[in-house]
Amino acid sequence: MSRKQLALVIDLNVCVGCHACVTSCKEWNASGAAGPMSDQNPFGADPSGTFFNRVQTFEVGEFPNTETVHFPKSCLHCEDPPCVPVCPTGASYKREEDGIVLVDVDKCIGCKYCSWACPYGAREIDANQKVMKKCTLCVDRIYDTALPEIDRKPACVKACPTSARLFGDIHDPQSEVSRAIREEGGYTLMPEWGTHPANHYLPRRKTRLRIHADELVRADNPLTVEGHPPRPAPDASTLEDASI
Amino acid sequence: MKPAASVILLTTLIGAGQGLFLALATLQIYALAGLLPPAAGSALFVAGSAVALALLAAGLLASFFHLGRPERAWRSAAMWRTSWLSREVIVLPAFMGAVALYGLLFASGWNPVLMSSARGVAIDLALVVAIVGTLLAFALFVCTGMIYAAIRFLAEWHTPLTPLNYTLMGGASGFTLAAGMAALLEPQRVAFLAGWAIVLTLLAALGRAASLLRNARLKPRSTLQSAIGVKHPVVVQRSMGFMGGSFNTREFFHGASPGWLRTVKPAFLLLAFAVPLALLALGRGQPAEASGATLLAAFGVQYLGLLAERWFFFAQARHPQNLYYQAVA
Repeated sequence: MSRKQLALVIDLNVCVGCHACVTSCKEWNASGAAGPMSDQNPFGADPSGTFFNRVQTFEVGEFPNTETVHFPKSCLHCEDPPCVPVCPTGASYKREEDGIVLVDVDKCIGCKYCSWACPYGAREIDANQKVMKKCTLCVDRIYDTALPEIDRKPACVKACPTSARLFGDIHDPQSEVSRAIREEGGYTLMPEWGTHPANHYLPRRKTRLRIHADELVRADNPLTVEGHPPRPAPDASTLEDASI
Repeated sequence: MKPAASVILLTTLIGAGQGLFLALATLQIYALAGLLPPAAGSALFVAGSAVALALLAAGLLASFFHLGRPERAWRSAAMWRTSWLSREVIVLPAFMGAVALYGLLFASGWNPVLMSSARGVAIDLALVVAIVGTLLAFALFVCTGMIYAAIRFLAEWHTPLTPLNYTLMGGASGFTLAAGMAALLEPQRVAFLAGWAIVLTLLAALGRAASLLRNARLKPRSTLQSAIGVKHPVVVQRSMGFMGGSFNTREFFHGASPGWLRTVKPAFLLLAFAVPLALLALGRGQPAEASGATLLAAFGVQYLGLLAERWFFFAQARHPQNLYYQAVA
């Protein structure tokens, strides 16, 4: 557990579903180290393309008690990634130093086996390069010392207008992400598979004012009790008087 | 999952090739043990090895069409410690080498006796190759089956029945083919091989029926609730985030209608098991020299049936990622 594990924490309470993270991810990674993220027929009738990040929308509940949940989805950089051991070439690997799961595009043979072994559908094959691609947590950006320190974050995190995306080391208990997971109820997706995703999600949180009936009507309001002045009466002696 | 023609051809072709080689090795070992009279000639062994090798090579060729970057295929032998796919990549050429050597030994007639046992049983090179080849054939069945059985997310595949059925179905088709070839090349072996083909086809039918029954009762472990982590009985996807297609919408959905699935299932049960069983029984009852057409027809029908079976095998597997790709908007 001492090893660093970089991850995203995505706050579903804040996400407005604007897709800024999707476009920012595409923009940055289209010129990234792994080669372009190609599109097929992008302006035609049946467009298709490679994306590392998607924002999906779900409706929870039945009308009129419904709620819209915008749900950004990318590689979760599992702590026990099932996609890595199945790779026959070793192209798919998890970095020792920071826990990022990456694909070596020069070793990948495009057999798609890793995508079968990912329950989240986080991997997409690039139809032009014929190799598997996935979120890199902007590994070519977060360590780039040529960038100002404030910009050394994944493109999606930088793009989010509502700061719904946090980035940091979830193994460092003092980090912003660890604190958010701990204090805001961070959870992982499909915990039933034991993949231990590094990325966490923060749930929708409602601020509710609890008002009990006896708080609406003052039980001890002297005006409602006719004929009984407030006690002790202003001129009556009190315990303080007795002690003098 | 979307059934890929390349993988369907790979698994069915090499299965038949492995089964055919196992049939030849069985003949040899039975003859050595004195349970069968010695072979009249080497024609069946030479032709059988050649056909098995051709089937394996065709399967290997088909597998290259599955790869995005086939020119890098050599890299896939690297991760044999963890990946069943990598293990298959190593075992398949090794097995092909054994089959080729086996055929060459019979074709050339060069077969030195390596040692003799105390009871005078000669252990020659062909026997050693037969035993090594048999072990490799079984290893290959296990590797092929485990590629699918090892993925725990695909519950339909994640069972010991998967490698078992690959073994039984490959064995059945290989022995059926061997019986058909024996009718043309070594008729006195037809009854023996057709008998084994019947036994294996019956066992394969049982194994596949067991996996169908098991799969019919499976309940998906992941739900939309666990997929997005919202505790509510009613969660509906309104948008998958894009309106065009993507790898996720193509690779994991078979796209066929429920009616087509309902048609393919009885069709493959009929073609891969029931009809071949009838034809094998019919061929076994015919005079051995005249049974070639019947037995080869049994193989043809069974192979078609296994193609349908393999299509169904892939189509039936439901990947949990599909939960995230339910609605286009």
